[in-house]
Amino acid sequence: MRWRDPLLLLFLLFLLWEFLYLIVGDVALRSPAATARNLGAMLGDERFLPHVRETLLAFGQGFLIAVVVGLAIGVPLGAARFAGEVAEPILVALYSIPKVTLYPVILLIFGIGMPAKVAFGAIHGIVPISIFAMNAVRNINPTHLRTARVLRLSPMSLSLKILVPAALPEIVTGIRVGFSLALIGTLLGEMFGSQHGLGHLLMQAMSLHNIERILALTLLLVVFAAAVNALLLALDRSLHRRAA
Amino acid sequence: MSASSIRILLVAGLVALLEILCRTGVIPNFTVIPPSAMAQSLWNILASGKFTPDIVATLTNVAIAIAAAMLAGVALGTALQGWPAARRVLDPLFATYYAVPMYAFYPLLIVIFGLGDLPQVAIGFLLAVMAVIINTLNGLDRVPPVLLKAARVHRLGPLAAALRVRLPCAAPYVFTGFKLAVAYSFIGVIGAEFITSSRGIGYEISFAYNNFDNGVMYAMILFILLLVITVNMSLHAWEKRLLARRRRA
Repeated sequence: MRWRDPLLLLFLLFLLWEFLYLIVGDVALRSPAATARNLGAMLGDERFLPHVRETLLAFGQGFLIAVVVGLAIGVPLGAARFAGEVAEPILVALYSIPKVTLYPVILLIFGIGMPAKVAFGAIHGIVPISIFAMNAVRNINPTHLRTARVLRLSPMSLSLKILVPAALPEIVTGIRVGFSLALIGTLLGEMFGSQHGLGHLLMQAMSLHNIERILALTLLLVVFAAAVNALLLALDRSLHRRAA
Repeated sequence: MSASSIRILLVAGLVALLEILCRTGVIPNFTVIPPSAMAQSLWNILASGKFTPDIVATLTNVAIAIAAAMLAGVALGTALQGWPAARRVLDPLFATYYAVPMYAFYPLLIVIFGLGDLPQVAIGFLLAVMAVIINTLNGLDRVPPVLLKAARVHRLGPLAAALRVRLPCAAPYVFTGFKLAVAYSFIGVIGAEFITSSRGIGYEISFAYNNFDNGVMYAMILFILLLVITVNMSLHAWEKRLLARRRRA
């Protein structure tokens, strides 16, 4: 029963795509089968793989920075209640602004190329990760902390036995959200200020009106994002179930 | 001292620090211009009315995206809540939706909708609509069963029950969806304007960037930041008032 629903969903999405293709036709779309073939051919092309590597490298670094900086901001703000209260509206405001607006600033600071992409991916990911981490630490059950004090746990076992297990599920949720946003940030960065990477290829295909390429790249990105998200979601849900 | 006054001091301090760093030349003017110069330039631009058509175009597109996302999102959310089988099938889609880089669809939307305002509106709509659906479902799940029974006793049809009992009861959650829809519509429309368009605030910023016109560029960036933050803060305040009134009732 559980595996049938996702399959049905995939089938429905496939039908939707075919249906759109029937309406719009070759001017704007390709059929799912043709797109899969194009993607296969593209992945076999050795000129294509450096672009994938470039994007993965930029995204990996940006995401790593986002996790480290996000936790470094969020965890202390969660522990110090008043500081958290001061900072939270600022973080929420930063979350809701269209960060793409800041792109020219990033380019002026870092110049065109890898550092700008990494920075752009990172600023997209940092804010959600720090908001989730802050709430995770803030919402640790105070009874657990008092129990730890009564049992005279050392700081080490306090973190290992209480703090990490209590805060981890929400932190993983934040990392999952941060993962998606850092990927979007990296791709946006490549679209505007780069000569390499999948975002650049997408922008190039768009100006050449190369529909095969647009669709194959879109499919690749969507499958990658959805697959990693499914893994993180499974981890996320099992952690939450265990915590409950 | 209260948290909000410390917050204001903190932000003011950061702006002052940036001003000093720019004025003393630690940050060169071709990278960032002083905040006072940004404000001055923004004031001149707004007074001259040079970019009024762009601002109107962007705001119109954002408004259309929000309205469409609210209508479609609430309708779909309500329909799905009454159809658990469909909801179960679509659940992985909800969970994956925001992981997909939506801008990757932008080239496709341009091919489908042409080069006008429609692709930008579509990106804003696509980003916003799922937040509305998810929050509508969330709210409808929490309607107390006794109210549903009352609706049945009064023989309300499904539509009347939705409009007069279930949606009003779910209103705080729908409002959360609305707040997110506003933020996402701005993000979608302005992001799309950056990628390709021939007008709008995002277009003017990237045009100014390409012409090394830092005065205009920073003024318009400041404008967007102030606009979005003001809109979000007003919505937040409005939500607080609505919730307070609901608790009193």
